[in-house]
Amino acid sequence: MEEGCNHKHRFASVDDLRPLEEILKRYEKEKGALIPLLQETQEAYGYLDEKIMRMLAKKAGYQLSQIYGVATFYTQFRLQPIGEYLIKVCHGTACHVAGADLITEEVCNQLGIKEKETTPDGKFTLESVMCVGACSLSPIMIVGEDTHGKLKPTAIKKILKSYYGEPKEEDE
Amino acid sequence: MTSLRINGKPVKAKPGITLLELAQKQGIEIPTLCHHPALTPKGSCRLCLVEDETTGELFTSCNTYVTGGMSILTDSQRVKQARKEILELIFAQHPVDCTVCDSANYCKLRRYAADAGVQGNELPGRGEFLPVFDNNPLIHRDYSKCIGCGICVRACREIQGAGAVEFKGSGWSYRPTSSFNKTMDGSSCELCGLCVSLCPVGALIEKPPLHRGVEDKRVRTVCPYCGCGCNLELRIAGGKVIGVRADIPGSWNGPSLCAKGRYGLFFVNHPDRLTQPLRREGEDLTEISWEEAIKEIAGKIKEIIKESGPSAVGILASAKTTNEENYLIQKFARAAIGTNNVDHCARLCHSPTVAGLAGAFGSAAMTNSIGDIEEAEVILVTGSNTTVNHPVIAQAIKRAVLHRGARLLIIDPRELPLSRYATIHLKPRPGTDVAWLNSMAQTIVEESLHNKKFIQERTEGFESLVETLKKYPPEKTEKITGIPAEQLRQVARAYAQARRASIFYAMGITQHIRGTDNVRAIANLAMLCGHLGKPGTGINPLRGQNNVQGACDMGALPDFLPGYQRVDSKEAREKFRAVWGREVPSEPGLTVGEMMEATLEGKLRALLVFGENPMVTDAESSLVEDALKQLDLLVVQDIFPTETSAFAHYVLPGASFAEKEGTFTSTERRVQKLNKALEPPGTARTDGETIALLSAEMGYHIQHQPAEVMKEIATLVSTYGGIDYRRLDKGGIQWPCANPQHPGTPILHVESFPRGKGLFQPVDYQPPVESPDHKYPLILSTGRILYQYHSRTMSKRSPIDRMEPQGFLEINPTDAEKMGIRDGDAVKVSSRRGKIVSRARVSASAPAGVVFMSFHFADEAVNRLTSSARDPLAKIPEFKVSAVRVEKI
Repeated sequence: MEEGCNHKHRFASVDDLRPLEEILKRYEKEKGALIPLLQETQEAYGYLDEKIMRMLAKKAGYQLSQIYGVATFYTQFRLQPIGEYLIKVCHGTACHVAGADLITEEVCNQLGIKEKETTPDGKFTLESVMCVGACSLSPIMIVGEDTHGKLKPTAIKKILKSYYGEPKEEDE
Repeated sequence: MTSLRINGKPVKAKPGITLLELAQKQGIEIPTLCHHPALTPKGSCRLCLVEDETTGELFTSCNTYVTGGMSILTDSQRVKQARKEILELIFAQHPVDCTVCDSANYCKLRRYAADAGVQGNELPGRGEFLPVFDNNPLIHRDYSKCIGCGICVRACREIQGAGAVEFKGSGWSYRPTSSFNKTMDGSSCELCGLCVSLCPVGALIEKPPLHRGVEDKRVRTVCPYCGCGCNLELRIAGGKVIGVRADIPGSWNGPSLCAKGRYGLFFVNHPDRLTQPLRREGEDLTEISWEEAIKEIAGKIKEIIKESGPSAVGILASAKTTNEENYLIQKFARAAIGTNNVDHCARLCHSPTVAGLAGAFGSAAMTNSIGDIEEAEVILVTGSNTTVNHPVIAQAIKRAVLHRGARLLIIDPRELPLSRYATIHLKPRPGTDVAWLNSMAQTIVEESLHNKKFIQERTEGFESLVETLKKYPPEKTEKITGIPAEQLRQVARAYAQARRASIFYAMGITQHIRGTDNVRAIANLAMLCGHLGKPGTGINPLRGQNNVQGACDMGALPDFLPGYQRVDSKEAREKFRAVWGREVPSEPGLTVGEMMEATLEGKLRALLVFGENPMVTDAESSLVEDALKQLDLLVVQDIFPTETSAFAHYVLPGASFAEKEGTFTSTERRVQKLNKALEPPGTARTDGETIALLSAEMGYHIQHQPAEVMKEIATLVSTYGGIDYRRLDKGGIQWPCANPQHPGTPILHVESFPRGKGLFQPVDYQPPVESPDHKYPLILSTGRILYQYHSRTMSKRSPIDRMEPQGFLEINPTDAEKMGIRDGDAVKVSSRRGKIVSRARVSASAPAGVVFMSFHFADEAVNRLTSSARDPLAKIPEFKVSAVRVEKI
């Protein structure tokens, strides 16, 4: 693996086929379970790697193109690796009205990346999502597992910084 | 029948058809962009809207089925308005660059827009352009023009079975693409071009050349490449082939073709075509007239016959030329010259099939039809890389697996493109086929899975087979074949227990020193389970060349007269003498390989070659080269200069498939008509005309008009008895066809075998001639690749050549690592007979210990390595097993 891929703590390496094999085994008898299969695979590897998808197609008896079509149809699936923390900025109706655009803009400014990109140090990936179902907290963003609500653009810098300072152990 | 009204007119319709189909039957045109009769209806383009007269409802006609009492309007004001709006919406996303679009007059969108009076600029466009995929040599993809009809996606999945394209994304960005945006050839795409041919707009375009224009005429004919025998139309403009089109109503292949058929036919107009007879003068070949050429050649043949007798002359007919011409060639040899020395390249592909199946059943051909492949429950493919060699048949196999739930069993040493469709793929060591075939049969008998009724009623010799099989329990042959016993048992059970199971095989079975035994073992297996005479069953040898079945049927063989009537049968000779007016020699003649040997011994002095290239395609090229050099007279008629014509004393320009009439017989015994689309270049003549001229010069008159020749064939060959040109317009007839009323025979051996009862022919395993040793540690297997054909005379002069212009040696990663060879390295390959240089392609397709090379490339002539050791009966060389050494250079 290249250096800088910090997600190695959370996700399996794409060279390690054991997680995939486990998942395939669980769905062995279920026909038409392509979406949960892909969801679990993405959970294990962080994204849907080409090599993993080829293997999945072969072992689960799908044509690669079918899997590719499904994986690109739903925004929940990613074909590129993500950083250690995935930032999801909500752009649902409530958040949109409350200024979600400004939040995304500020995250972009702070990190120097565009939407769907990952910071060069592999720390953050930025995504826009539709309603996360917490409209009372709008505008809202989710960083990794943490929810940050009632955001103001000025608060972004501090929030992002907090993910650098903390010692690694707390993540685990 | 259901009654309904369409545009006010009462009609009757079969339930289960769609409104669109009904309208088409009534001659009413309904515009549609996303519909093709061979695909499941999708209803996505919305153009085929019709109106329900009673409710005023609009709905799509392509996926609405007829119901009694309906009253439909296809052309009402509301329908017209709705269609117009739909077209305007499509154009909001579609560039209006029709004047420079290569789809030009073939674009359905443009035509419908013109009909509806839509300019294309009614709505503000989105103005978004997508990147053009221009990296494939044969297909240009511009998805800005895509209208999202999904025909390419459905065609690739439903007809071709490759599934190489799929819709990507959602919403505005919803467009078809190959997985991971790879180039088409980097995906599972086989470049069959089906998607391109069906694309209603200019999103998918054939490359090159740009702006080919619109054809002056389209001529229906048959593809000249493999034995599938696909029907196609040549698009002709200004005396040139500008394109190819399938999808002819009533053709067996429907819209399907393969990469060769679609992109490989432009050789017809290539500037290298031979146009004038040539005579050797020292090192050079100089142009002479036909009169001189014929006179001199006939004179020399007469001289040689006078000095050394007629058996000093040999003729190679061709599996690429028509039935009529093959018939004339052998007639010329037997009647005009007086020798049975006539053979052709079937010797090198399916002579063991002829010998093996004739012994078992009394006739040798594919027993079933391509059309019933999809009815099989189990398909066993062995020794056939079907996707590469018979792509359109492979499509049917893939469809059987994908859409009909058939189980595909593969037994082949190499990983194949078909492997990913297989339930199980067993990999035997090359040359051990009799061992595993016998073990399969043994398992079936041991577990009492054999079809007792069939064996009792239809066969003989079962007891002696059982006796032989006792020596072959799978556990014992595992050591020979390398196939785990339990897995082989599984395959045996799957084959035996299926209600309908078919076997497909090709050169992986026949090109062995024991090729005939392999075929016999296959026949035993099928008879054991009674998998014969029904749809979805049978023994299906896939014939390699377009007319190899026909060339054999026409008796271009040293031991058989037309219709497999033996030359050593007095009765048969008498029958032919009565029509030909000349005695037929009774001694069987020489085979291809034997002709070369006889030449080296000085016994054969003249050789006439029609459309073959033994210098590249025959085993042990050094022997062939010595023989060709030693001949007193070598005449080659071909459409291009070849490696063989380089040695010729006379080279005659031939007419290509597009320039003559005649018939080809495909692998499924389908006799199909070729139609003349062009005039031959220069003074080129058909092989039939040349034969007639030579024969006349030698004092024996031969009628060469193709239709007349077929009449003569019909009187002499009972299986062609009912073949008449007037019956061949609509897609050919499968022999046996005994009389003009006979509809042809899609499935052989339904009630009985030609020899009466099927004969079990027990066979014993014998190892290949060469085994790897410390000096030559690898096994070399030879074969074909998808994008080239035979010795490349045609394929290298067509756009398809760009896909794979160079040869390669396929080697397993483990072997490569051991020898320090990396992908792309130059390597020296040597055997006991010679050495050549090639380029390594490291690939897990080759099993460890086995390397693979194609025989197409003259500059990497793999047949310098192969051995001329031959099957004792069929005389086929062992192309599939040679011991070789590979070294990095």
